[in-house]
Amino acid sequence: MKLLYFAWIRVKMGTSNESVDPPSTVENVQNLIDWIVRRNSVSSETFSDLTTIRVAVNQEYVGLDHPIKPGDEVAFFPPVTGG
Amino acid sequence: MIRVQLEDFDLGLELSKLSNGNHQIGGMVSFVGLVRDMAAGDSISAMTLEHYPGMTEKQLTEIDQTANERWELNASLIIHRYGRLEPGDNIVLVACASPHRESAFDACHFLIDWLKTKAPFWKLEETRDGGHWVEAQTKDDVAMARWMK
Repeated sequence: MKLLYFAWIRVKMGTSNESVDPPSTVENVQNLIDWIVRRNSVSSETFSDLTTIRVAVNQEYVGLDHPIKPGDEVAFFPPVTGG
Repeated sequence: MIRVQLEDFDLGLELSKLSNGNHQIGGMVSFVGLVRDMAAGDSISAMTLEHYPGMTEKQLTEIDQTANERWELNASLIIHRYGRLEPGDNIVLVACASPHRESAFDACHFLIDWLKTKAPFWKLEETRDGGHWVEAQTKDDVAMARWMK
């Protein structure tokens, strides 16, 4: 599974992407975030306020209950500010 | 049609390519977004636009298709730049050609409102105090909500 980070989330995480292999109990986006934040303090600080974070799975906006599977591209980013 | 690019664009050239000698077109409406030199009281020396390659094109294509389904358009165009831009630089161009002005105005307005809340771009402004990420604004969500039905 590929994780992508953008804008201040990328800066805080210190990387723009990483490949991860979470256990099979990680079935949806919320499970994935719970698993990510347990790894280290940088991750838990970055994801401390989920109201400031948007999620896309395979380049489509999704909610926290959206299912995920191996091979998915999961992106975390702040609300967009283009235009 | 949509384009995501580092380079600048020429409004006149893009509009003449959009009309392309099609005499069914009764009018064209365009919106060009520019980099301002002030935001929240701070003077801005430059801004860097980051985006999500792949998802950006996907979202813009969806938005463009939606506009073409909702309004009678002969042609439409979205160009969004990324990278480092300075005050006065072009950021985005939205243009719509239609047999009638109402469709062209409405579709153009819809496209810019939607892309501001859907297209995965983020602005990093450079000021004297360093760089800071622009925060999304509620008024943009309100503007988009107008087009929901």
